[in-house]
Amino acid sequence: MSNHTARERILARLHASGTEQTEVPDAPLPPPLSLDRDAKIERLAELMAAIRTEVHIVDTDAWLDKLKELAREKGWKRLLYGPEVPIGSAIETAWASDTEGLPELVAYTGPVETFKEDLFQMDAGITSVRAGVAETGVVVLWPTPHEPRLMSLVPTVHVAVLDADTIYNSLAEMIAVERWADGMPTNALLISGPSKTADIEFTLVFGVHGPKELVLLIRK
Amino acid sequence: MGNHTRFDFEHNVTGALADDQLRKNLRKAMDILVDKRRTVFPDSEYLEQLRSAGNAIKRRALKQLPRLLEQLEVNCTKNGIQVHWAEDTAEANRIVLDIMRRHEAPAIVKGKSMVSEEMHLNRFLDEQGLEAVETDLGEFIIQLNHETPSHIIVPAIHKNKDEVAAIFHDKIPDTPYTEDVEELTAIARRVLRKRFAAAKVGLSGVNFAIAETGTLLLVENEGNGRMCTTVPEVHVAVMGLEKVIEKLSDVPPLLRLLTGSATGQVITTYVNMISSPRKSGEKDGPKEVHLVILDNGRSRMLADPEFRQTLLCIRCGTCLNHCPVYVRIGGHAYGHVYPGPIGKILTPQMEGLERAGVLATASSLCGACGEVCPVRIPIPDLIRRLRNESYDQDGSAVVEGGGYKKNLAETLVWKGWELANRSPLLNGIGTRLAGKLGKRIPRVGPLKKWTRVRTSPKVARCSLHERARNEGVNNE
Amino acid sequence: MEKRVSPDQSDQIYFFGTCLMDAAYPDAGMAAIRLLEAQGVEVTFPQDQSCCGQPAYNSGFIREARAVARKQIRVFAKPYPIIVPSGSCAGMMKHHYPDLFAGTPDEADAHRFSERVYEWSEYLATVLEVKLEDRGDPLTITWHSSCHALREMDVIRYSKALIRQLKNVTLVELERETECCGFGGTFAVKQPAISAAMVKDKVADITRTGASTVVAGDCGCLMNITGAMQHAGVAIAGKHLAEFLWERTNG
Repeated sequence: MSNHTARERILARLHASGTEQTEVPDAPLPPPLSLDRDAKIERLAELMAAIRTEVHIVDTDAWLDKLKELAREKGWKRLLYGPEVPIGSAIETAWASDTEGLPELVAYTGPVETFKEDLFQMDAGITSVRAGVAETGVVVLWPTPHEPRLMSLVPTVHVAVLDADTIYNSLAEMIAVERWADGMPTNALLISGPSKTADIEFTLVFGVHGPKELVLLIRK
Repeated sequence: MGNHTRFDFEHNVTGALADDQLRKNLRKAMDILVDKRRTVFPDSEYLEQLRSAGNAIKRRALKQLPRLLEQLEVNCTKNGIQVHWAEDTAEANRIVLDIMRRHEAPAIVKGKSMVSEEMHLNRFLDEQGLEAVETDLGEFIIQLNHETPSHIIVPAIHKNKDEVAAIFHDKIPDTPYTEDVEELTAIARRVLRKRFAAAKVGLSGVNFAIAETGTLLLVENEGNGRMCTTVPEVHVAVMGLEKVIEKLSDVPPLLRLLTGSATGQVITTYVNMISSPRKSGEKDGPKEVHLVILDNGRSRMLADPEFRQTLLCIRCGTCLNHCPVYVRIGGHAYGHVYPGPIGKILTPQMEGLERAGVLATASSLCGACGEVCPVRIPIPDLIRRLRNESYDQDGSAVVEGGGYKKNLAETLVWKGWELANRSPLLNGIGTRLAGKLGKRIPRVGPLKKWTRVRTSPKVARCSLHERARNEGVNNE
Repeated sequence: MEKRVSPDQSDQIYFFGTCLMDAAYPDAGMAAIRLLEAQGVEVTFPQDQSCCGQPAYNSGFIREARAVARKQIRVFAKPYPIIVPSGSCAGMMKHHYPDLFAGTPDEADAHRFSERVYEWSEYLATVLEVKLEDRGDPLTITWHSSCHALREMDVIRYSKALIRQLKNVTLVELERETECCGFGGTFAVKQPAISAAMVKDKVADITRTGASTVVAGDCGCLMNITGAMQHAGVAIAGKHLAEFLWERTNG
């Protein structure tokens, strides 16, 4: 685009390379993982916990109590949330009756440019999660205007809320069943744990750039 | 590095081998990485099947490379990503520079990208009075110390924490000396968060570019990659043209191979898939996303059916971790961006044999790299091929500088070797002569090098040929 | 261990002595032949044999390698199995000859030749199913795996299985058994400093085992390791597997 001649020269060389005439034999993939619901929950929780995700499996109607308990225990001052998604309105309702020791709720409502500085000071951010993958132990996020990308990255703690029924066996299964190839979002994310590094002598340190903690609430 | 100073491999090797601390650091690190990979792939049958699948997926991508790149361009463009093509690194650098100038960005925050190293982007921007800020912790450390990465995946692998402590103390204002890794990491977090928040342009590499959907996939553990691709107004992704793959369903096996081979992880902390700039109504993310597709010699590699396999590489670095040469000399000794076994085959093809052909001699052909490569690149075979090209006996060399080592002396030695080994008579005379001379064989040339740390080989007075004949073993 | 059958079902086999064994380790070569003969097979050692061609093949001198390899293909003309007391030479003849002759008139011959190649311990353990009786005194040894025996021929398990038949021998494995000793043919003289660092570490590993002997299946590695041990004044003996087994069972 910016340089038509480079593009055409490169493509001409690639076409002339003879690569298109090669034969490539098929190679089957290893057999896919197939687990029942409980085994999927267990595997996801185990793998994510192994890399320092704080996993809580809770009854669907008790998740807000758990959230409050964690918020008080960890002493968050401010919690970033998206008011227009189901978990957001539920949090608002839960906070309305009882605010003792709970963090102030901060809604992510404007463009990042309007509150970047504030965002970088946030204690915690809570987001819904689209799905989970048991095989590799990840949660899957497709950030939306209501729950933007930086909510799961910039606050010191990221709280992710996953419904147990949305856990797939594998990434391959999820991509196929959800027909990802039909249209990808601006950003799709797989997250397996808190931000980490081992760049200095392989000493594992959490929270190098992103969240220092990842709290996963699995609603069952 | 590379272009500025003459590359003297022997000098580099001597220096590296004399550095006990370096060798200790490397050995410790490689042991950990090798062990972690073994742990994450406990089932060898599964792994071998996965490697074959990875090889087939990448070969299928290379087979369709021109079509896939065009499809990638179409889909990215449709998604709002601006696609640029660069024939060489100078062109790629200019594209990045233009974007920065257009946005009046004095600095760029960088996620880890080997292609940007290949471009020597940091030096280029510095010459333009602009700043490149490395944000991967390892890259950050070595940038502070004015070094380049010594490993594809773990760039500061050659440094221990004491050395990092000293670098931070010396180079970051108001930083007390600490060897506590948690504290060192916290210092980097504090410094870099300010840079992320302030940056107008962020740069990243690309692990896989998916043609089917126009998606750029990046893996990382730290979150700096997500910062660079989400916080600034503009995101520039740079990729070698071999990074394109056909479809999303190719991702899971490749991802498993990449993270398992690179760091022994089932998956990285983040897998970040980017398909467009910020859409209307979205509250964050860059407003512009640019993709720079770099050739820099890759299309030439594609033209040779054997060398083409170099482009299967997914840059996991596991060949470095398993290499008995790399573990002793470290990445800097290779004098170029890509060290280790993959560097031995990639660098001479990019830079030409005259400048980098010596790297092909730095292998015992032990085969450890080929054994672990997640996409089954036959690295030892390609090293051997580069040695053939260095002498170019039949005038068919395709790599620049082919035949650069042709010389009469070596040719005569090997011709003599051939004659001796084709003629039983000459062969017998040679062995007998060596046996008679025994320790009186003059220690010159190869024998001089051999005997620096070893005694001379003891040639028997009576060869196996003679023994077999004399002791009644059938002949014919 | 799976039983394999010799390709032509006869008791005739060829022995390829390798150039290094020929010049520097003839005792090991004779031991290898005698151990085969002791199993009731008839060994032929063609006097016109020489080298597998690997030194030139790995050094960029492909024409010379091909000429020497062609000579071996001609010399070992009968359909007997070809037994090679080196994983490296066996790997060259089994896995690289087909590539070396691809597209040449000798391609088909090279394939037929390669199919008949066996590494020596592999043949003893899998085809001949040898039973060894240890007659030696108690001894602690260590084992060095050659890279090509390990990775190209995948025969280390057979070599070790033979050693483990010896009831008075204790095998202490190296900490880094799968790491190259630094020989690599011409590598040792083209990159002498790196090679020296590699063999130095290998000797240190061997020393740490407390073994009095290091046994190996490849003369190249053996020459490298014993040469370095002697130079450094390390009093550990180095022996080819064939010689070691012959001594233990006939001593």
